[in-house]
Order: sequence, then C-alpha cells, then structure tokens
Amino acid sequence: MADPTDPTAVNGQQDARDDLLSELVSHLSNNRTELRQEWARRIGEARLLTALTEEEIFSEATSVYDNYVEVLETGSVEALQDYARNLSERIIPRGVETDEVLGIVLLLRDVLARSLFEKYQADFQVLNEVLDAYEPAANRIANTVGVNFVQERERIIRQQQEAIRELSTPVLQVRERLLILPIIGVLDGQRARQLTEQLLRGIRTNRARVVVIDITGVPAIDSTVANHLVQTVDASRLMGASVIITGLSSEIAQTLVTLGVDLSKVNAVGDLQGGIEEAERLLGYTVISGAVDKADDRV
Amino acid sequence: MAPDAAERIAIDSDADVVTARQRARALAVTLEMPSTDQTLLATAISEIARNITTYAVRGEVFIELVRDAKGRRGVKVVARDQGPGIADLERALTDGYTTGGGLGLGLPGARRLVDEFDIQTAPGEGTTVTLVKWSRSA
Amino acid sequence: MAVPILKQGPFLIASIQSALTDTDVLQLRDDVMAQVTRHRSKGIIVDVTSLDVMDSFVSRSLRGIAMMTRLRGAETVIVGIQPEVAFAMVQLGMSFEDVQTALDLEEGLALLEAGFLGT
Repeated sequence: MADPTDPTAVNGQQDARDDLLSELVSHLSNNRTELRQEWARRIGEARLLTALTEEEIFSEATSVYDNYVEVLETGSVEALQDYARNLSERIIPRGVETDEVLGIVLLLRDVLARSLFEKYQADFQVLNEVLDAYEPAANRIANTVGVNFVQERERIIRQQQEAIRELSTPVLQVRERLLILPIIGVLDGQRARQLTEQLLRGIRTNRARVVVIDITGVPAIDSTVANHLVQTVDASRLMGASVIITGLSSEIAQTLVTLGVDLSKVNAVGDLQGGIEEAERLLGYTVISGAVDKADDRV
Repeated sequence: MAPDAAERIAIDSDADVVTARQRARALAVTLEMPSTDQTLLATAISEIARNITTYAVRGEVFIELVRDAKGRRGVKVVARDQGPGIADLERALTDGYTTGGGLGLGLPGARRLVDEFDIQTAPGEGTTVTLVKWSRSA
Repeated sequence: MAVPILKQGPFLIASIQSALTDTDVLQLRDDVMAQVTRHRSKGIIVDVTSLDVMDSFVSRSLRGIAMMTRLRGAETVIVGIQPEVAFAMVQLGMSFEDVQTALDLEEGLALLEAGFLGT
C-alpha cells in the first residue's frame, strides 16, 4: 500500500482510478444494447414499473442508462438530476412508487456489477479495483435518483395540499356586495393567513361591503387563530367592508374569553341565517339615510 | 460587512427610503414572491430605512438575494447607520406606540412583517438592522 | 410629488398618484387643511389606490389628517387601500379604528353623500 500522506502517491492512485473508470465507461458503452436489454428484462421479471408499457420501460431504461454512463464518465450528476426530476414528474402521476424507482436503479447497479464480474473474473485484483472505482459512483447515482424522486413527490404533495386548501375555503358571493366565507375544518396560522389574503382579494373583485365569516365548521380555535380572525376583520374594514362572524360556538366563545382575546371589535351573530339578515340590514342601512349613525357605530 | 453581491442604496433623504423599498420589491419579484409578501417586505424596509433618516440623518441599505441550507430563497436587507444608536433596545422592540409602551421606532412592526429580524446597536455606535423575508414557494 | 386636490361640491378629493415621500405626506396634510379651511368642505376623500406601501408614517399621517379635519367639521374617508396593503397595515398594528374607509372613490363619495343626506 502507498503511503497515504505522500501526495504523489495519492495522485497516482487517483490517476489509476480514473483509468479504471474510463475503461469501465467504454465497457458499458460497447455493451450498451445488451446491458440495456438485460436490465429491462430484469425490471419486467421483478414486476417493477407495472404502470408503464414495455416500450416505455425500454425507452426510459435507455435514457437512465445513458445518463448513468455519463455520470461515471464526467463525475457530474447535474444532467442525471434534471433527468431524474423530469422522469419523476412524468411517472408520479401514473402511480409509480418510491420502492419501484429505487428498485430499478439498484437493479441496474446489479446488472452492471454482474457484467463487470464476468469481464474481470480472471483477474481478481483488477476486478477488486474496478469495483472500488464503480461502487461509490453507482451509489451516488442511486442516491441522486432516489432523492430527486422523493423531492418531486413531496413537491407534488405540497401542491395538492395547497389546492385542497384553496378549495376548502371558497369565498362566495350570495348577493351584490355580500360575501360569505364558510370555513370548515381545522384552522392553523398558515391557513388563517391564506384565508385572509383570499378574502381581501375577494372584497376587491366583488366590491363587497359586508362579509359573513361562518365558523360553524371549525372545531377549535386557539389564540393565534383568534388573533388572525381579528386581523381579518381589521384588514377587511380597511378596505371598506364590515365583517360579521357567525357560528361561534359557546365553547369557542368561552375559550376566547379565557384566553383574553379582544373580540370587542368583532360583530358576532349566532348563526349563519342571522348573520345574513344582519348583513342585509347593514347593506340596506348604508344605502339609505341614517348611514352616519351607523358609520359612527363602526369606528 | 455586507457581501459584495448586495446592492447598496445610500439613504440620505426620504426619497431614498422609497427607492430602497422599490428595489427590494423588484428583487422579491424575481423570486416570484407572492404579492402580499412583497408588500410586507417593502413595508418593513420602509420602517427601518425611515429610522435612518429620522435619527441618524444618513446611512445605507444593502439588499441581496439569499438561499438557505434547504435551498429556500429569500431577500435579505441590511440597514446600517452611524447614528446615535438605541440605548433602550428592549423598549424599542416593545409593541404599542399608541399605548406609549414602545419608542415608536416601527421596529416591532417591522419585525412582525418579516421572517428573520436582527438588530445590533449601542449608544454612540450606530445601528444595524438585518431582516430576511423567505419565499413561501419551494 | 405634490398630491392634486380637487373640489367637488362640498367635498375635496385628494388622489395620490405615486409613492409618497415623508415630505409629500406632510405637504398633503398642510394642503388639505388649507383647502378645508378655504372651501369650508364637509368631507374629504383621500384616494390611496396607487400606494403599494402604507408604512406606519403614512398611516399615522393619514389618520392625523382625518383627526384634524374632523376638528374642522369635515369627515375624511380613506379609499382604495389595496388588499396586500391592508394586510400589511394590520400586521404593522395600524388598523385605523377611528378613521372612515371605503373600497374606492365611488364608495367613498356614496358614504359621504349618504352621511349628509341623513343629517
């Protein structure tokens, strides 16, 4: 063994490893057709990627194979990363699972390793060195593909959560100048904030003057969310719209009072029906005379 | 020291306050930051840059794009002056100019508008406020 | 940049055209007070539609205008606060509780007119 502290020896080792890698790359390039076919066959045998057709599997296998060889050749995983992300984007909607993706990459690793065994079996020393050069690169590739797949999956899940959130808080226009925002489900800080932004935009687009926020479907409210609600009321008012909150259960009301949340500015009405009646009264009241008294009440 | 990549805006007059927040908003736009967050950021800058013109007369604001370990991107703003500094920092960061509890420097408000907020100050040593607004999208 | 102030009947309309510096805000305050006095206006609308930021200084100054004009017998309505700006103002703790607000110029005028029909 060379002295590891001797830099020339380290460089010499590195050179030797580079030579082995380039020999490896030319072996994989020369046997591209055969190895790809073997890999695709093993994928079928292992019943992986069943959501894809045989042709699709072969075409993806070819791309992964070529990217794989490129990583070994250049040491750069960037192109593979892009490809892995793109591949994930295409196959995730078709129901391909993480274990399948890891499975096919590990299979390729196995197929290639076996072909190396076959080629170098006569010389155990060389075989060892080839595998030493191959393994870290192969592991890095498996890691890159796996991580990118999982990241892409997480991104899609986040996107879907976002979409569900938006769906779950519709801003409804029930009549001119009147919006209803029925909130259903658990409110957390993030959702409360999103809801406020949505409502404020809704006020602008619908030229709303009164908003009824119905929280009958909200099981519990903590002080953070309650403060968000108060902020929603304030921000709506800045845009010229009054907010009525309905469906505040007596449990929630009690909690809020206990928590010391200042709800003095909040116009609360028992149920949605009563809230809409109050809203119509406000709308009518603002249009005809006597608005000044009403306006003074508000400030 | 602010890094080289940061854009520097000298704050000598109240018009520079407007320039600083407009530049920061332009950077936030390149990150496709939601417009609410752009507004929160611009408002926070307005608050801290105004402290410079009001108390230190002149100073500077640095604006740059940053990225955290998770790859999340954001806008970082450093507002620095050689002014009188703040003696009672705790009180300056206390909410409520209306209740007379705070100093009315707009610092507690600015802190609420951003994701990260740091202030270094001492009497006679000037003040450096650093804030970061992260982009919510991945 | 100075804010143009138009007289419309018993009301004044100050419509802010672009981002305001602190100097502009103070100028606006002085101009509004001078005009209210000159025309004995009953109401003032300050249109902030074009403002993409209303920080604590602008907010406090506008509130100040509203308070001062009220002492001269004129009600001020701030109109056109953008959704994002409203959100930021509330975060900042500027909720304008004692100031009249309306969606836009049209709503603001309706509010003032309704107010005077009623009295």
